[in-house]
Amino acid sequence: MSLAEKYPKEIKQILAKYPPEHKRSAVMPLLHLAQLQEGHVDRHAMQEIAALLDITETEVASIIGFYTLYHDKPEGKLRIQVCTDLPCALRGADKFLADLCGKLGIEPGGTTPDGLVTVEAVMCLAACDKAPMFQTQGPNGIEYHENMTVEKTMELIDGLKKNGGEVK
Amino acid sequence: MAHILLRHRDIPGINQIDVYQKNGGFAAWKNAVTKMKPEEVTNVVKASGLRGRGGAGFPTGMKWQFMDNKNWPHYVVANADESEPGTFKDREIMEGNPFQFLEGVALASYAVGANVAYVYLRGEFWQVAAILDEKIADMEKAGCLGDDLFGTDYSLRIYTHLGAGAYICGEETAMLESIEGKRGQPRVRPPFPPSFGLYGKPTVVNNVETLTNVPLILANGADWYKSMGTADSAGVKIFSLSGRVRKPGNYELPFGTTFRQLIYENGGGILDGRPVKAIMPAGASSSLIVVDEKVLDTPMGYASVRPLGSDLGSASVIVIDDTVSIDWVINKTIHFFKHESCGKCTPCREGNYWMRHLTERIHSGSGSQADVDLLLTVAKQMQGKCLCALGEFSTMAVVTGIERFPQDFKKAVKA
Repeated sequence: MSLAEKYPKEIKQILAKYPPEHKRSAVMPLLHLAQLQEGHVDRHAMQEIAALLDITETEVASIIGFYTLYHDKPEGKLRIQVCTDLPCALRGADKFLADLCGKLGIEPGGTTPDGLVTVEAVMCLAACDKAPMFQTQGPNGIEYHENMTVEKTMELIDGLKKNGGEVK
Repeated sequence: MAHILLRHRDIPGINQIDVYQKNGGFAAWKNAVTKMKPEEVTNVVKASGLRGRGGAGFPTGMKWQFMDNKNWPHYVVANADESEPGTFKDREIMEGNPFQFLEGVALASYAVGANVAYVYLRGEFWQVAAILDEKIADMEKAGCLGDDLFGTDYSLRIYTHLGAGAYICGEETAMLESIEGKRGQPRVRPPFPPSFGLYGKPTVVNNVETLTNVPLILANGADWYKSMGTADSAGVKIFSLSGRVRKPGNYELPFGTTFRQLIYENGGGILDGRPVKAIMPAGASSSLIVVDEKVLDTPMGYASVRPLGSDLGSASVIVIDDTVSIDWVINKTIHFFKHESCGKCTPCREGNYWMRHLTERIHSGSGSQADVDLLLTVAKQMQGKCLCALGEFSTMAVVTGIERFPQDFKKAVKA
């Protein structure tokens, strides 16, 4: 299904935010929208957004390439993105990431064999006082999980598995 | 003392519009639109001594006065990109006290004659953007945003715009590029945004915390605000305290509060009772301060931190104790800057790539003193040559780390 069929109301709301002669501004919100359900932006969505905004597909792809929250390849249904920057690392974030990956049997950046969860180290998430912490990126957009332990994270993942892989 | 910015800590439910209004909310906004000229609003802010809270500390009222009145329309952009490692204050403001922030956006817009304002949030603040969208809708319903406000012919719309994971978009011209639907790469300045900003039009870009000060400055007057803080740093600041302290968090305190008060009284002291070794007062972009008793008793203000060989910046105070080696610290900061360098200018793009190899080699124990010397040379070569502040920032901890903590690097290359 095309984006226009799936999200007619949302697209209209997004375009209304910007002057009509500068509709290119809508490229970022439209990419967020396109990525929501699939977890990545596929070629069709890129073409559709380019056509909608009168820009080239290459220009859309350059936006996806520049900004780290956009993905052009499918990974785990839920991306667990752990901050390991200086303030979080001073409070044990590196060990948390290593322990979590060890428990899941994957390397940082890897995806569990069932395709459910990808764990990655990311840059500062502005929650330095609540480390270890991570954000999840998935069908519900982005959610913060703060003051985390490996146990609490495994509970989150187990809940996901019980749900048949459906992210609530 | 009651909070001025983090008022949700004193007033439960202030994130609801009726509670906010019961506590004086939007009175300054209505008064400004119906009874004040735009330049009068700017003059009050200018007289208050308010300076930009995003890090640069530029006088806010003066920035508003720079707007080119021969070129229209004007725009206001609120910088909610908060991405500096160690900074986590704007998120608390927007979640806890969203209407005061939005009222600040509105007042800034009126002062510079903008009818449209954008709040640029980092993409990770997905949930915060949803909250703000709701609050903006509440304001529209209450007649505080929209057309012909309070019976005048002034109209204002505020829109949120989500980034998508790029530290560089906190740099104001990169932010404008990003709103225009382009890669977030800084522009060559001048021209500055007040003459050539969003869509080439005059634009004011202000940090969330800066704008959140404005409603109470208008309500209580410039003298009230100036009565807090120090001569060159008026008012209050939210200090984001992180690292090896017992109670990390946001602390709203008047400028002039000492590091000792922040770290020991507010922050509960250092984990395991260790001594403080170094302070980074402006997040990962800081010059490292070697800590002694005199440093701890230094009042935190824009001018007073400078003699310590550092800058207060956004007051994101990262505390490092004696269990931490500085070669590890700069390996962390350079990992960050190398990742976030936008690639537009050569010194930053190549310099950070090179520095990353060197910090990694030194920290992993396979480096030599020659690597440390080379690292220092690379960092110094970059200084003053980058297109925007990111490149400059990336060298701060490296240069001061090597020069002020040589023993840590000697140990690292010997180990």
